[in-house]
Amino acid sequence: MRLCLVVLALFALIAVGGYGHLLPSGEIAVGGSQESPRWHAPTLLGTDILGRSVLYRILSGAQTAVTIGFATMALAIPFGTVLGLVAGWFGGWIDALVTWLYSVVVSIPDILLITAISYALGRGMVSMCVALAATSWVGVMRLVRGEVLRHKSRDYVVAAQAYGASDARILLRQILPNVMHVAIVVSSLVLVGAIKGEVILTYLGLGVQDGASWGLLIAGASQDLANDIWAPLLGTVTAMFLLIYSLSVVADALRDALDPKLR
Amino acid sequence: MLFYVVRRLLLAVPTVFGVALLTFLLFNEFGPDPVRTALGQHASPAAIANLRHQWGLDESLLEQFGGFLRQITSFDYGRSFVTGEDLGTQLRSGALVSLSVTAPPFIVGTALNIAIALFITRHRDGVVDRAARVLFVAGMSVSALVYVLILQYGLAYKLGWFPISGYASGLSALPYLGLPWLLLVLIAMGPDIRLYRTIFLDEAQADYVRTARSKGATESAVWGRHVLANAWMPIITNTVTNIPFLILGSFLMERFFSIPGIGSLTIDALGRGDLPVLKAVTILGALALVLFNLLSDLLYASVDPRVQLR
Repeated sequence: MRLCLVVLALFALIAVGGYGHLLPSGEIAVGGSQESPRWHAPTLLGTDILGRSVLYRILSGAQTAVTIGFATMALAIPFGTVLGLVAGWFGGWIDALVTWLYSVVVSIPDILLITAISYALGRGMVSMCVALAATSWVGVMRLVRGEVLRHKSRDYVVAAQAYGASDARILLRQILPNVMHVAIVVSSLVLVGAIKGEVILTYLGLGVQDGASWGLLIAGASQDLANDIWAPLLGTVTAMFLLIYSLSVVADALRDALDPKLR
Repeated sequence: MLFYVVRRLLLAVPTVFGVALLTFLLFNEFGPDPVRTALGQHASPAAIANLRHQWGLDESLLEQFGGFLRQITSFDYGRSFVTGEDLGTQLRSGALVSLSVTAPPFIVGTALNIAIALFITRHRDGVVDRAARVLFVAGMSVSALVYVLILQYGLAYKLGWFPISGYASGLSALPYLGLPWLLLVLIAMGPDIRLYRTIFLDEAQADYVRTARSKGATESAVWGRHVLANAWMPIITNTVTNIPFLILGSFLMERFFSIPGIGSLTIDALGRGDLPVLKAVTILGALALVLFNLLSDLLYASVDPRVQLR
């Protein structure tokens, strides 16, 4: 667990470093085409067919993965939480509308909705995040709405209403802190899902088109494999494994600590 | 019962309407222009206008949406922009191919995973259970892509046990299907066993289990007759709601092994801007999901007498 947190901190550092231009670029050649690995930072995992450092490309792939994960989370969680709060609290036509939107989205198989959105918005990082967020807000919405319905008639809420607190105040100051744990647990799951999703979608040609992504690296590595070049695949897989495994462990721990009933 | 089914079907109407609206807007309004995709950047205005008319894209959005709704209600999805083929036949053959890839490993995998989950829950917190838990979290942390790559490389390319990719019709498809089947079973193991373990664990802590033990039931009777019998319900729900996804096919497998199912059809259509295909697949996928959700609720009620359908 502690080790996993260290790994996550490391990945966060890589992402931040990437945006501060502190990471070496994965786009410029550091040596000849397809050099084998040797003890020297840029060619630790060899070079690709254009002479670019595989290690550096994996690092910028990590930056992309972390960015997409957090961006998706930042879109989906507030959206789902707000809709869940509003639908649960006001009920009536607002609830009907939100529930309708929810049922429409869950009725479209995820992969189809994601492809539809990335088709409509054009391929790239932004449309990818929107597409992934569009399929992941529903889980938060459903759980938050359920929690709000449970809390709505509790004494502390009735008391707040009795002293004349506004709807917004009750929702944000009274109910939100009590349902926040749901949003936190689901966030970690959304994060894992988005990072895994990005890799597969990019591999299928529906995601990130240029720049670095683990999906593109794996696509390239699969061709290298036919020439018995293992380093790029091994490197990418290790990086992905470290990130996703650590996140899953932390997500499980969060769920156990905050709400063991959630699955 | 009949009343319930009718009510649920009526309730599904606004949902399906919403799906149709969303699909239509995404593809026809916000998406890139399929005429441009087909003709390229240097097409003459006359050719563009001509093709736009031929595909019915020169009508107003409202008329186009009306046409789409008529297609949905009549189950006639017209023709593909690109191949000109009738979509009904194309989708039917695609669905059969997809099912031949996804259904056998789903059936075998579900049975296998239930057995494994039952075993590790029975010996929970033992060595096997703890090892399995770590193994499954670790296994799920490796992208599905990697399993496909490594097994394709190892078993097909190096050892030559399977053809590397491709598909054939009829029984001669079998050799091509071996590897995708194996992979689908493997990839489903982690999440499935985890889910079934949670289901079994919930049941194992129930009062009736303690009662069964205290009246002297053997361990195998407790697990086989009591726990398993009660755990069937969530398992059935989960299984039935997954059937639409079997028909949609595994996009990953179809892409990797060049199998011409619904997944390949969709990805190809995406590249070519073939709107009729994309819209038909999306709306049919949604219809299937709605129907099988209803079916799973009906099954639930028929298995569990406590469940009242209202």
